Amino acid sequence: MSGSPFVYGESSAKKRKMIVVTFGGGARDQETFSPQGQENIPNMLRDLAPQSSFFTHVINQGILGHYVATASLATGVYETLNNFSTVPPAHPTVFEYFRKDLNRPSSSTWVVAPSNGFNRIGESDYRSYGPGLGARVILPKHLLSVAASGAASHYDHLLRDNYETPLYTPQIGGGELELQQMEAILKLSVDDFMAHARTLSSPDELSVYIAKRLMQRESPGLLWITMHDIDIAHSGSYSLYVEAIRRTDRLCAELWKAVQAEPEYAGNTTMFILPDFGRDADDDAGGNGFQHHRTGDTASRTTWMMALGAGVRQGVVYDRPVQSIDLVPTLGEMMGFSPRLSQGKPIHELL
Amino acid sequence: MLPSDLKAEQFAGYPPEARKLVTAHLEALQRLPLSFLPSLLNEVIEYDFKFPAERTAIDKELSTLSSLALAQIKEWFQTFSRLSLSSKLENFDWVNQPAQFLEQLSAYLWTTRQLDAFREAAIAYGNRSQIVAVPEPIAMHRLGIAAIGQGVASYDAPLFRDLREHGTYFKQVKHENGVELLLNAVAARAQAHPIPYGHWYVDGGQAVDHSPLLSCVSFQNLEPVRSALLKNIQIEIEKPGMGPEELRTHLARLSPADLNMDKSGDEVLERFQVKLLTEGSGTQIFSTTFAQWAARESLRRAQPLTLFVRFAPRQRERPMNELISSNNSKPEYDFVGSLIDADMGAYYQWINQQRLPGSERSSFLVWFEDHSQALVIAPSMPRGTESNSALSLGELLALATG
Repeated sequence: MSGSPFVYGESSAKKRKMIVVTFGGGARDQETFSPQGQENIPNMLRDLAPQSSFFTHVINQGILGHYVATASLATGVYETLNNFSTVPPAHPTVFEYFRKDLNRPSSSTWVVAPSNGFNRIGESDYRSYGPGLGARVILPKHLLSVAASGAASHYDHLLRDNYETPLYTPQIGGGELELQQMEAILKLSVDDFMAHARTLSSPDELSVYIAKRLMQRESPGLLWITMHDIDIAHSGSYSLYVEAIRRTDRLCAELWKAVQAEPEYAGNTTMFILPDFGRDADDDAGGNGFQHHRTGDTASRTTWMMALGAGVRQGVVYDRPVQSIDLVPTLGEMMGFSPRLSQGKPIHELL
Repeated sequence: MLPSDLKAEQFAGYPPEARKLVTAHLEALQRLPLSFLPSLLNEVIEYDFKFPAERTAIDKELSTLSSLALAQIKEWFQTFSRLSLSSKLENFDWVNQPAQFLEQLSAYLWTTRQLDAFREAAIAYGNRSQIVAVPEPIAMHRLGIAAIGQGVASYDAPLFRDLREHGTYFKQVKHENGVELLLNAVAARAQAHPIPYGHWYVDGGQAVDHSPLLSCVSFQNLEPVRSALLKNIQIEIEKPGMGPEELRTHLARLSPADLNMDKSGDEVLERFQVKLLTEGSGTQIFSTTFAQWAARESLRRAQPLTLFVRFAPRQRERPMNELISSNNSKPEYDFVGSLIDADMGAYYQWINQQRLPGSERSSFLVWFEDHSQALVIAPSMPRGTESNSALSLGELLALATG
């Protein structure tokens, strides 16, 4: 080996990659890792969990709305922003810490998010961080609706992307620029994108497709994917909720397989998978079971997390409660940046 | 304004019966904390359009509150009183717009991380009220019936999984003319005890012939109202400044007349049906969700002695590849998905029924429509067992209610 060990150390640290997959549609233990739910997650149960450090009690003590909860996961602070507004998080995001402390370019951090409401998730408006230091955000469904603008009237309703308020979809501007970026960055023509989209059965499949494309073309060091199909539960259809869990299970396994197949990622990537929170318990009179996450009961506040890949112990289960805001400080310790405004604590079992 | 500043004339906008009620209990209301009182007023303001069971509950609650000494009020509401509210909330017109106040209160409690304390206070108050209020004796033991899986030719996976531990599973049920038989049984109960809103028939599709003694809601009958509602929403969301919360506030204010609902002469039931569509999530789109939510709300509000829910197929969720092809064909039905929805819906129906007084004597029958599988939960029936007996649905009902 040539060069000093310091040079090797630097290049090695730079090469380490992180992927965070959140389910922006809470999933309950009883439909996932509890005995009666395990039939819905064969891939995570049999393939991913045995390779992972698994945390059975991840508590979310913040606001149980998907945008605000995802923002809290990304900042390590229980954010209090309006869940239905397209506003940036109040505290610096993990992407800003990552880029500022490690001096990384904007192409090094990407967010693939489901909903128009997530278009501000990439960076905060915190002074000394904020604009110019965040992640690039790609909203595949927004791209699709722009690409399919000739038939927009069909898509407005059918590309419904906010199940928490299924009758209302926030609109965001832009479009042409995003399509140009798609061609420039993803090397994907509008026609190819549309053709591929036709083969997919859900918005999350589109997100994973885009994520894999990003991995091939941009190789971001920190890639954050928020899935959302599970939130169909707000429509009250149990079968669609369970079907979405099964699909998400398959997509997580597919993504992990893609990590192993990509030279830039294989062997040096740590992947975290966690729902942003749970959903209401069947027997809580204040809710309507799986349909919503409004009661703040234990089932809605508790979920699980798995970490797998580089630097992680395999096949270990931890029952100690951790908080969802502990994710960012843990990522910081693993990657070598300092999330100084985060209110969580590093999860020592992962360090 | 704080509750201690309340005056009778501030309730001038309330419907007559509600106004009379708050005036009679004004002194008690003045002693309640702001974090609690609007929740009560939100019920009272609708008093004129409430079901008899709800009116009785409100009467009792207000009488109990009026009977408490000041020291007791302090003790009962100390957790509510400890919650800190903003001046914006204090200045809100919570007397006339309690529902909108509650929306804002909820957001405030989440934001200030006081929701858990509020939840704890609400549960403690509910438990205390239940202990104090002796439930009225009911005329007959409650019976819930769910028919699930309409139109499904065959289904091999196990059904009633969440209910099995509570009752007996029958797999050789004779089911000829099953729906008719069940509706006749429900009608007979209504005939024997003709209590207003005491016997219900909810249909996720088109209601079939039934006794006029039954309170009936059906997804299909509400089709014009659902269409009017969706049009109304489309108009609203295009207005500047409209967002999800504003839309919810708008929906909460809609009346049967706003949605061109035909007058049936029963304003209580009309308003109930509109609320199913404006307060329920997914009830406008999926018939299975509509039936489940209608069951939940009828049990919670009307506390019926008999509730028969017949789930029907819902439209299929259309995946993205179909959407892109812009195929405008008529919606297709998802029969198996609807069966799974309804199976869970039946479980929730039973849970909600068991929240009502007399639950220890209540019974429940769920049947896979036009198939030989059913499950009965009743005080006299073994739990967590299977039976090979070839019984008819009528015989199962007799077992359930016997």
